[in-house]
This record gives sequence, structure tokens and C-alpha cells, in this order.
Amino acid sequence: MDIWYTKNQTEHVRFSIRIEKQLASVQSEFQRIDIFDSVEFGRIMTLDGLLIVTEKDEYIYHEMITHIPMATNPNIKRVLVIGAGDGGTVRELCRYPTIEHIDMVEIDEMVVQLSKEYLLFTAYCLEDSRVHIYYQDGLRFVRKKENAYDLILVDSTDPFGVGEGLFTKEFYGNCYKALSADGILVNQHESTFYTAYSNAMKRAHSRIKSFFPIALVYQTHIPTYPSGHWLFGFASKQYDPRQDLQADWWNSLRLKTRYYNTILHQGCFAIPNNVRDALREAKE
Amino acid sequence: MALTQQNAPLLEALQEHLQNRVVRFDVPGHKGGRGNRELADFLGNRCVKIDVNSMKNLDNLYHPVSVLKDAQNLAAEAFGAANAFFMINGATSASQAMILSVCKAGEKLIMPRNVHRSAINALVLCGAVPVYVDPGENKSLGIPLGMSVKAVEQAILENPDAKAVLVNNPTYYGVCPDICHIAKLAHAHNMLLLADEAHGTHFYFGENLPCAAIAAGADMAAVSIHKTGGSLTQSAMLLCGKSINADYVRQIINLTQTTSASYLLMVSLDIARRNLALNGREMYQKTIQYVDYAREEINRIGGYYVYGDELCNGDSFYAFDRTKLSIHTRNTGLAGIEVYDLLQNEYGIQIEFGDIGNILAIVTAGDRALEIERLISALSEIKRLYGRDPSGMLRSEYLTPDVALSPQQAFYAPKKVVPLSKCVGKICSEFVMCYPPGIPILAPGERITADIVNYIQYAKEKGCSLTGPQDMEITQLNVVAAERKDT
Repeated sequence: MDIWYTKNQTEHVRFSIRIEKQLASVQSEFQRIDIFDSVEFGRIMTLDGLLIVTEKDEYIYHEMITHIPMATNPNIKRVLVIGAGDGGTVRELCRYPTIEHIDMVEIDEMVVQLSKEYLLFTAYCLEDSRVHIYYQDGLRFVRKKENAYDLILVDSTDPFGVGEGLFTKEFYGNCYKALSADGILVNQHESTFYTAYSNAMKRAHSRIKSFFPIALVYQTHIPTYPSGHWLFGFASKQYDPRQDLQADWWNSLRLKTRYYNTILHQGCFAIPNNVRDALREAKE
Repeated sequence: MALTQQNAPLLEALQEHLQNRVVRFDVPGHKGGRGNRELADFLGNRCVKIDVNSMKNLDNLYHPVSVLKDAQNLAAEAFGAANAFFMINGATSASQAMILSVCKAGEKLIMPRNVHRSAINALVLCGAVPVYVDPGENKSLGIPLGMSVKAVEQAILENPDAKAVLVNNPTYYGVCPDICHIAKLAHAHNMLLLADEAHGTHFYFGENLPCAAIAAGADMAAVSIHKTGGSLTQSAMLLCGKSINADYVRQIINLTQTTSASYLLMVSLDIARRNLALNGREMYQKTIQYVDYAREEINRIGGYYVYGDELCNGDSFYAFDRTKLSIHTRNTGLAGIEVYDLLQNEYGIQIEFGDIGNILAIVTAGDRALEIERLISALSEIKRLYGRDPSGMLRSEYLTPDVALSPQQAFYAPKKVVPLSKCVGKICSEFVMCYPPGIPILAPGERITADIVNYIQYAKEKGCSLTGPQDMEITQLNVVAAERKDT
């Protein structure tokens, strides 16, 4: 038998993974959720056919969205995570004893249920007593918060569907309001290689820049994401992650990571010229 | 076999026509898109293939005898009317056909001043004379209402020779008059009741909504199906009750209607009618759920006031259309039009209109919950980032018009151009309005007052899109050159 999962990365580019077997296929109120076992990438989850998480490379994304802000401000105690139904981001956060409270807002309860059932490698911290899960629209949740978090992580899908509201000016403005005076916002920031993603990246950057005095992007390499080159946005009211990195503190925690380290922390903000040019062009 | 609401006669005929692969030696000249590839690529092949002309198996709108007749009959049945006409130049054409069908030159039509310009345009065309009724006003919101029964009765008693009474059901803001009562009153004095129901399609299909005009006993209603009923822009229907000679109405419609009616528009009416008849109740239930949620959330932000049933006063504000998300903005310190511009420029959100003190967002079952959230969040951000002290903002007020000439007399009278500031006391010969909502600030034949000039200047400053006059910048107006007595 020859079963392949294919994602159209653009209209003209495809990325395929050989599938061993399908474990689940569920239509939730919001999207179609599929879980497969694959030969090369282990267990994978797709939402509306888009690749969300693979067992083989999820650590890169989850470490990079979490440890960069955490190593920048050791005083982060209250964290809001938006999206992230697979639990990978929460798993990384839960490694910090300094964090007191984590709110996770995921629109689709079914994603969390299936993750708990099939993706234990990411979901095993969702039962942590510090974690409070809210099943609702992220934009709606954050609108009602003021000065409530030290860190907001936006672990969203692409801005062409359920995640659309998480790339808007009103969302970033509400995040600004929801953050404390030294708050940090890190978001999944698309990439620049293909045009559709690049436009979304530029729009997101210019919107974030209009609210936050410090608005940077940092890069990482995720094999299963379109082009393999991916960006995160780092927006902050006070901290500059390059100068304010608390390397000694972070290393004293002795967290075992597979991708992140404090030297890479400095390096990931060094971005290629084409990304730098795209950011300069970014205006609405 | 008898047709039911499950049928869509025009849709079925067009599907069959496409399957027959008829060779096209008639208009339109793009020949199913092959003659204009760019058009076909942009609009889609299916769309340009359906763009056909009248022919035997597809009937024709100016003399319907087969599938269009059936489609219109099903529409009449769905709306509870005796007859229905498909209109392909908007509710504007429906409203004008309605007025032209009942009034001739010199005859009187009783109507509220806050009618859409299309109604007064009809008077320019036919020479009938408006008898304006003060629609009443909610002073704190600055919105015109739907006329009190008493004010209508007084106009009827003072003008027993009037041919008909025209009502808005609802107004743009969602306000409905006591239409059942007004219908009885008009009929008791041998007048017809006409309804501008451009924004009222859903009244015929939803639950817990204001009374639909035909159900209330109106003789004719102009219904803009494209606004909230799901058909394509520019498609509408004219509904007639039993008292109306539909064959005469068809003749009136044919005076101005194209003989090449668009099948895209007509089939969209057929499809929308079937959908409304079969699913309308659920669609509007969903709409009301969205709007109720948004109303509650936006009211919680503070500064904004999304009004609802609580404003009903049993008379000039007899009922409220709960599907309308009408938002009063003045207490955020922002004019409606400023919020409208911010939503569009800063947040990529297009709403229906903004006037001096209000905005209106059209919500339908076609919306998604995430978009409702975006609107609410953007309004919350606008208040946080742009809100200011509301004192010193102009309240719009009902300006009682002084009708010096009939619209037709004024429109065709010898005129001269006068700078706006020097117009006070003159008789205007053209329209001035903010569009939308398209309710005239000045109509041809009305005397210009200092209040009106101030209002126009304020609206311009705030960024309202003013339309109507020949001078596109609205720095001067055409006024009647030599006044003569209206006879």
C-alpha cells in the first residue's frame, strides 16, 4: 500500500510524507482534524489538511517560541498562550518552576481532546495544575484582559482560516493592553520565501510595530514548514532580547533542550538580507 | 405538476439551457466569455456562460409567460403577495415603479421626510407633490423615526385628496412604524399604503421580527432582496397586494426598465427566494444570535450604545428590527463617520454607513463568529486609542422642510449657481445627501435655511460623503432662479 499525505505549500509546490496509517479523522465545529502515523516524521496532526505538528520536528517550534522570551525575562510569572491545542508550547512553559499561572485559549476543544489521546509527546503537561484551558476565540478572550500577563505566546495556524483573527491589528492592540508594563508578545510569524506567507508576515510586522516600541523577528529552521525557514515575532514594551538575555540564569536552570541554547538565542536575531528588506517594506 | 417552493423555475431552465449547448448567434457578444477572455478569467466561466439574453425557453422579463412567470408567482407566494415583479435596477426601480403606478402629475403622496432619494426622484419624474410628515426623532441618538399614527392621520385629514401613504419599513436604522394601524387608516380614507421595504426582506421569513408590509395590509412594497436576502447586488422585487392591477404595474415598470434584463440578477432572485422560503427562518435566527451577542459585547465596552427594543415607544418607534447592528458613537467623542473611516483604514473592516452620530453594520447568516469578534475588538480598540471628550459635537436634528415647489417644478425650473454660504432663503433645485444612508438633507423644491447650510458644512468637515448636486465638491448649489408660486 502506498499512502501519502500531501500539503500544497503553494499552488505550485507540494510537500509529501509517506503515511503508515491513519489514526483519526474528525470534523469538529471549526475544522477537519486528522492524525496519522508516518514513516519518517512519526505521528503527525493536520488541521483542514495543513500540517500542524510532527513528532520528529515539533521540538524546534515549541522550544523557539518559548525559551527566547523566557530567557529574556526571568520574572515572567503569568503567561497567556493562544492556540497551541497540541500542548507543545505549554509543555515547554511547564518546565519553568518560576511560572505561576498559564492560561491557554484554544478555539477547538476537539484538537485538545485528540492531542491528549494521540499526541502525548506534546500534550502531557496539559493537566499541570498551573494550566487553565479556555475553549474560546482568542481575540474575544484577550479583549477582556488588561495588565494581566507578563508574556503572551501566539501559537496560531496560518492567517487564512480559523487563525485569521490572530493576525489583525485589533488583536495586537488588545494584546498590548492585556500585557503588563514590561510584557512580551511572541507570535508565529510566517516566513518570507513564498509570496502569500511573505505578505502575511509583512502585514503582521507592521501592525505589531505600530503598538510595541521593540518589534523584532527571529528565525528558525523547521523542515516540515513551507520553505523550511520560519520566523517568530518578538514584541516587547521594555526588554530587548539581544541585550537583556539572562544567559547565566537560564543555564543555571539546566533545562535539557534539543534546539535552543543561549548562543543560538543571540544568533537567531541575525536575519538574512531578504527578510530585513521585507521588514523594511512592511507598512500598511 | 404543480410548482412548490422547492422549485426554482428559472434556475432549472438555465441549467437545462447550459446542458443543451446552444450555439450562440445572439447577444451578448462575448459569447459565453470566449469573446472576452479577461472577463471570463476574472468573473469565472460559469458566470459568463449564464450571462445570456432573453429567448423562448428562458422567457423575458417585460412579458413573462413561462419560467419567469412561474418564478415570480413562486416569489409572490413566498412573500404572501398577490403578485411579485423581479426588478433588476435595485429597490430604487421598485420604489419608483410603485410611486409611478399610483400618482400622476399634481397628485399628492403622503410620506415621511426621511425617505430614500429614489422616492423623491419618482416625484421629479411624475410631477406628484409630496406631503411630508415629520417622522419624529430620537433626540439623544439623532435618528429619525417612523412617523406617529397621529401625524399620519393629521396629514390624511388635511389632504383627503392624497392618493397614497408611503412608509419606511424599516428605516435604515431599523425603526418601524405601526404599519398595521397606518394601513387601516389609509384604507379608511381611500388611500393606498405603499412601503419602502428596501431593508425589510427578512421580515417575511424570520421570527420575532417586525410585521412585513404585505402582511400588514400594504398594497405595494419595494423589497431589496440583495440587501439582506442573499441575491446579487441590484436585484430586488416589487410586491403587490390584491387591490393592485398588476398588468398596469407591469406597463409602468416597462416604461423605464431595460429590455435586456440580466439573467445573473434574475436567477439570483429565484435562488434567493427558494433559499428564503426553505431556510429563511434558521438564517435569520442565526443573524439575530450574532447581533444579540455583538450588541451585548459592544455595549459592555462603554461609550458606544447599540440600541434595541428598549427604545420602542408604541408609536413612531413601534418596532425595532433586531437584525440591525445600529451603534450610536457620539459618547466616545467620535462621529459615526469617523468610526466608519477608522474601521476601514486601520482595521480593514467595511461597514454599511456612518453618519454624524451613528454607524450601522449589516450582519447576516453569511458572517462568521470570528468576524463578529473582529468588529467588536476593533471598536474596543478605536475607543481605547482614539476616544475623546464628547462635548461640543453636533447633534443632528430633524430639520422640518419648507416645501416651496414640487420636486419636478424645482428640478426643471430655470436655475442659477450660488455659493453654499449664500444659499440661505433660496429654493434648492437639486438633492443634497450623505450617501449612505441616502436620505436627502435637501430635496428639489425645498427652501434652504441657515441650519441646513451649517449641517452640510459640519458633515463635510467630518468626512461624510455628500452627493447629489452638480457641483461634486458641494461648495455651491443650484437654486431656482426666479421663484414662482406653486399651484
